[in-house]
Amino acid sequence: MLRDRRGTETSSPSLYSPDRSGASSTQAHTRASNGLDQFFCSIQDQANLSILDFAGASQANVSFITTLGHRIFSNDILHTLDEAFGGEGDFVANQADPRRADYFLRESLDFSERSFDGALVWDTLQFLAPPLLQETVDRLFHVLRPQSALLAFFHAEEKANLVPLYNYRIVESKTLSLTPRGERKPAQYFNNRSLEKLFQKYNSVKFFLTRDHLREVIVRR
Amino acid sequence: MSTAPAASHHSPEMRGPAVIGKSVMIKGQIFSREDLTIDGEIDGSVELQEHRLTVGPHGKLQAGVKAREIVVLGTIHGNVEASDKIDIRKDAKLVGDIKTARIVIEDGAYFKGSIDIARPEISKPAAVPTPKPVAATPAPAANAAAASAPSSALSGEMKR
Repeated sequence: MLRDRRGTETSSPSLYSPDRSGASSTQAHTRASNGLDQFFCSIQDQANLSILDFAGASQANVSFITTLGHRIFSNDILHTLDEAFGGEGDFVANQADPRRADYFLRESLDFSERSFDGALVWDTLQFLAPPLLQETVDRLFHVLRPQSALLAFFHAEEKANLVPLYNYRIVESKTLSLTPRGERKPAQYFNNRSLEKLFQKYNSVKFFLTRDHLREVIVRR
Repeated sequence: MSTAPAASHHSPEMRGPAVIGKSVMIKGQIFSREDLTIDGEIDGSVELQEHRLTVGPHGKLQAGVKAREIVVLGTIHGNVEASDKIDIRKDAKLVGDIKTARIVIEDGAYFKGSIDIARPEISKPAAVPTPKPVAATPAPAANAAAASAPSSALSGEMKR
């Protein structure tokens, strides 16, 4: 389902075309992504933009974005999450530790004077506990230029204890390659309403519900 | 520069690239007019205008780096500029901004920073891999280690 914050709702096309590999497989599979398509539509016919990518170092993403004539800022935010909140104790409970939270924010979201024309945050936000999540979303708001787009994925299965993690690699403007990188407990479940509330500072929010229980969210700054 | 007591009268082509070994730590500036492999620790800057820099698996650079081609197997904290190509291998770690004409990133590498692809100019004589002695300016205060390698220069402090 596609819906924007102003209440418009449209039908959702079928987005998921699995390559006969399930979520538990370690094989990469490709699928169409309307969210990604919308993201690249928002920056088409422009050059020399700065794109923030939270997927970490990836030849595919770097090549795709720089071939379009843009600059990419790459950061593996899940790596920093593990550095900040992994180890002893519960991963989600550790996010309440101010020292650890400061470290995470400093390492992941301190861009000094940089600003961006788009952000690919993939599925990383769903592993942040509410206070830190809101701080992260607010910081992204400040580093994104007006009218820029943010692409985020949230698992849509309410009862899932563990959700699959992927390396997201851009194959083309509407196709992603997903390589499984294990499973992780989400910090909270997100429905459309909670996502609208999370991004309430932003101008608009659009949802694409995929067959693999994922909400692809395009947020316009 | 070379840390080994290599015969300095040999041409770089004969004795292979200069190497800073893994037990060497240098604070200061390194300029080289030949290919260089760094497997030690550098705190400062590294410049090999027309040559290839390899940061070995034990190499740790807290430095700004400029070279024609850069291959990273170890760690760099600092901004990196490669006029031709940068190759970040699996298990390498690079934190800093990259400016290059081409880039290769292997899966498993860690990178944090921006990548700016500088499109190569149409007529680019730098693509010819012939050394250009005028490209590197030796530092005024090169120490004894640098003196053993006539194609390279460093200034600063060196510890073994």
